[in-house]
Amino acid sequence: MIAHAIFFYVFSVIAVVSAIMVTVSKNTVHSVFFLILDFISISCLFIMIGAEFLGMIMLIVYVGAVAVLFLFVVMMLNVAQQKNQWFVSKDSSRHIPIGLLISVIIFFELIIVIGGWKYKPDLFNSAKSSLENGVSNTHSLGQILYTDYIHVFQISGMILLIAMIGAIVLTFRQREGVKKQSYLKQISRERTEGVEVLEVASNKGVKIDD
Amino acid sequence: MIDIGLGHYLTLGAVIFSIGIIGIFLNRKNIIVILMSIELILLAVNINLVSFSIYLGDLSGQVFTLFILTVAAAEAAIGLAIIVVYFRNSGTIRVEEIDKLKG
Repeated sequence: MIAHAIFFYVFSVIAVVSAIMVTVSKNTVHSVFFLILDFISISCLFIMIGAEFLGMIMLIVYVGAVAVLFLFVVMMLNVAQQKNQWFVSKDSSRHIPIGLLISVIIFFELIIVIGGWKYKPDLFNSAKSSLENGVSNTHSLGQILYTDYIHVFQISGMILLIAMIGAIVLTFRQREGVKKQSYLKQISRERTEGVEVLEVASNKGVKIDD
Repeated sequence: MIDIGLGHYLTLGAVIFSIGIIGIFLNRKNIIVILMSIELILLAVNINLVSFSIYLGDLSGQVFTLFILTVAAAEAAIGLAIIVVYFRNSGTIRVEEIDKLKG
């Protein structure tokens, strides 16, 4: 229990500090790095409380794909040199107090909701049976993911496909003056349009108009 | 303090959610950081779902966390594509200079 508490506090402090650093750090590349640190510590928390599969998937999807995608875009757009100028223009500083106010209000509302849960402790004494009959987390998750939630699973696959097509269509551009090989054009050539047989008179030569 | 329960995890989720909201409001830099704040908010939702799923002994929360992960990945891909197109057209992604809609 002590070890659990120590690990929880270590990982959650790292997660909160790196989340703050994501929002306040001046360099965008540093923000992405702190985002990666945040995801790693949260996935360690997930593994610690018994959701191993989701912890590993978080590592693969977020750190391996999403954060690297962010890093690619940050480096491609060359915004790393655009240093953050906090609170410079008068126009922007007017959003700051209202933003802080709304964030603090949301935080306290969430805290009140969590405090309200403590008055219903009997809810958590209900059956923990499905997780503790010797079946691993991944196994049981797979058992319900491919049976009860199969339609939602397929719809999420469609969402990924649509996102992929959308990203390709958005960033696709037709360039001028690029020579491409067209297989259809190559294999659909006929002999009549490629070769011409001419009658050549002697001592005259041939004039080919091109 | 030593006995870590559901409340601790939910508080962690609330803190990260609020930091994400602050990041959206206070950002004066570029719009990529706003996308990263949205990722933080989705992460906080995932923490809540997983901790409830563990403490209630019900696996539905983890299944829905998987779907949120999917949607977050799709959203990041589309959002970054839009940002790339906008940067190609206008040459900036600073939040202050994006005012074509006069908002």
